Amino acid sequence: MPKSNGMNKIKGFMVSNIVPIVFIIVCMIGVAFSGSAPSIIMMDVISRFSRNAFLVISLIIPILTGLGLNFGIVLGAMAGQISLLIVCVAGMNGLSAVIAASALSVPLAVFLGWLTGKLLNNTKGSEMITSMILGFFASGVYQFLLLFVWGGIIPIDAPGIMLDSGIGVRSAVNLNNLKYAIDNIWKMDIFTAGIIFSLIFLIINAVKLLKRTDKTKVRTVVNIAVFAAIFVICFWASHADACKKMKALCQIPMVTFGLIALLCMFVPAFLKTKLGQDMRAVGQDMKVASVAGIDVDKTRIIATCISTVLASFGQIIFLQNLGNMSTYSAHENVGMFSAAALLIGGASVSKATVGQAIMGTILFHVLFNVSPMAGKNIFGSAELGEYFRVFIAYGIIAVTLALYAWKKTVQAREKNKVQ
Amino acid sequence: MEQLKKNIKAIGLPRIIIVAFLFVLIILAVVQQQNMGTLASDVLVRFGMNMVLSLAMLPAVMAGTGMNYGLPVGLLCGILGGLVSIEIGFRGGVGLVMAMVIAIPLAIAAGYLYGKLINAVQGDEMMVGTYVGYAVVSLMCMGWLILPFKDPAMIWPIGGSGSGLRSTITLSDNYDGILNNLFAFEIGGVTVPTGLILFGLIACGLVYLFSRSKTGICLKAVGDNPRFAVASGISVKKSRMIGTILSTVLGAVGIIVYAQSFGFYQLYNAPLNMAFPPVAAVLLGGATGRVCKISHVILGTFLFQALLTIALPVANQLMPEGGLSEVIRIVVSNGIILYALTQSGGEGDA
Repeated sequence: MPKSNGMNKIKGFMVSNIVPIVFIIVCMIGVAFSGSAPSIIMMDVISRFSRNAFLVISLIIPILTGLGLNFGIVLGAMAGQISLLIVCVAGMNGLSAVIAASALSVPLAVFLGWLTGKLLNNTKGSEMITSMILGFFASGVYQFLLLFVWGGIIPIDAPGIMLDSGIGVRSAVNLNNLKYAIDNIWKMDIFTAGIIFSLIFLIINAVKLLKRTDKTKVRTVVNIAVFAAIFVICFWASHADACKKMKALCQIPMVTFGLIALLCMFVPAFLKTKLGQDMRAVGQDMKVASVAGIDVDKTRIIATCISTVLASFGQIIFLQNLGNMSTYSAHENVGMFSAAALLIGGASVSKATVGQAIMGTILFHVLFNVSPMAGKNIFGSAELGEYFRVFIAYGIIAVTLALYAWKKTVQAREKNKVQ
Repeated sequence: MEQLKKNIKAIGLPRIIIVAFLFVLIILAVVQQQNMGTLASDVLVRFGMNMVLSLAMLPAVMAGTGMNYGLPVGLLCGILGGLVSIEIGFRGGVGLVMAMVIAIPLAIAAGYLYGKLINAVQGDEMMVGTYVGYAVVSLMCMGWLILPFKDPAMIWPIGGSGSGLRSTITLSDNYDGILNNLFAFEIGGVTVPTGLILFGLIACGLVYLFSRSKTGICLKAVGDNPRFAVASGISVKKSRMIGTILSTVLGAVGIIVYAQSFGFYQLYNAPLNMAFPPVAAVLLGGATGRVCKISHVILGTFLFQALLTIALPVANQLMPEGGLSEVIRIVVSNGIILYALTQSGGEGDA
């Protein structure tokens, strides 16, 4: 019965993607009730996506290594912020400042990632709570460093950045000198950008298809169909009158998006290398991996390091887009919001893909954008919408964690029964 | 040398560091000529107002669910009870008692639901508890906006009813400090908040009596060795449920006591991270994720609160600008929890 088979397939698809499907519906309701023009929402979502995608993707590798949601990316964000402050103190400007900060943040983030990895190796089984508490702890150390050591012990002469007393960094630092340094290199309207990106991916997939690995053939064909559709839609929209406003308003920062696209290709490619496969093996079962001759502890540390470095880049991209930095709180919610975005995309504590990260980032930020207005229009209170989006962020993490833990206990119980 | 190492291990490295740090702070306070009488009074007040909150960790640990990171569930029940009691119009001592009377059934109900969840996620209570706590706090943020409270002292003046509760609800013409001032006396410049500390000690005594009862012993058996408990015919799930409910109830009572001493109920995001200081305090007192005694609660709360209370004026005088005391608070409380996590070797024990 081919028909019922098809129905089952659809049902299976629905069940395995229930989270993003629910959130697509919630987002649609929000968009409908927010009363904002689609082009305005789109504009905001593009800029939010461009500044958050990197951070969200940085969570994937630790998840596959079995470390769960790495709330320790907060440390990476701190590394990024410290590097940005250093280049600002050095008086650098524009793109060179951003590149210098990124270069500077690598050793710092590797060091912090190494420490995090060491700590997580000492707390196997409760990595997530450890990385979360570590984030809080590091936040205190970071405050101490920037409030008292900077200027207090290390003399720093930078009036715009330091407090008037000369000791400690201001709580809000203006980053106008490097605002949009990456974003403004090359900007295009959304449809032209869509055409360019879909063309690139069409070519990549076509090459893949020609190589003919039968296993991935179906996927590649699906990909080609999707990108072809995007290509056609963008081509049509860029000439349609109805989309003129959107074309004018929604500018895509091509370099930032290019970097995100590169990262999206890097992560799966990396997972196919020897090291990536080791990470997956460790994520599946540490004991088996260890017996197979994999240095489990080292692999876990490398995974945390990569994640921390990516997060530090992510935070630099984030801040160059924002153009100012609240020195002592910009990093605080990075872990929580990134984790929530990833989970909304349909990821779990042990499984995550780049696609889920992208999907989740878009959905989460659409929700973030429309909640206040939707709250105002439905319940007469914008505050309610603001609390609602925070609730969604915490709630989705709580539900995912609970479901994951529940599955684990059920499996353990069944295992016991068999024995 | 070996003996010294052993002793250090027995007392615990963080406790040694913290106690040494506390001594340094006291010496600094003396050198800075701080008013020691006021400082000591403040320490006693902070100790008393946090004792019940720390005590809330005990039943949870006893029943084997580890530290109750989902404490905000109980805190919210307590706050809700307090607000309802004000709304009805109870004032003074009656108001305080009624707040608890209203809060406790709420906490039992919430604790029951939370306990169901905790039983389903055995082994991951910490992380699930933390985020359930966060989620419930943000859910109640919406609740504070919607709930139909009418008392003009509690809602924002503009917009009339339905515009939501204020972010802090003052108790100044109500039961502010009513326990603190009960039987309070002064010795050598130190005001002793007898009623407050007595309340905390009575609560500790009740929990102690409970732990000696048949139910309490069952709970302890489950916490010590679940397999053995099952073999002796004790229901693990039921015991864990009782521990969680009790912890939630203590959290609810704890926040009411806290608020009467503090002078305010703090709504919205205030309870978000309020589970961590009690956890840190109890760990500092010598508890682990598996063992927690009344002595740990009392000692830990005292040390922890003494440290924070004395650090505030001392740090402010050392560094008039910036929040050095805040930094100390963050580093100390999270440092203690981190250390405990590493000590448990990641068995999910802290």
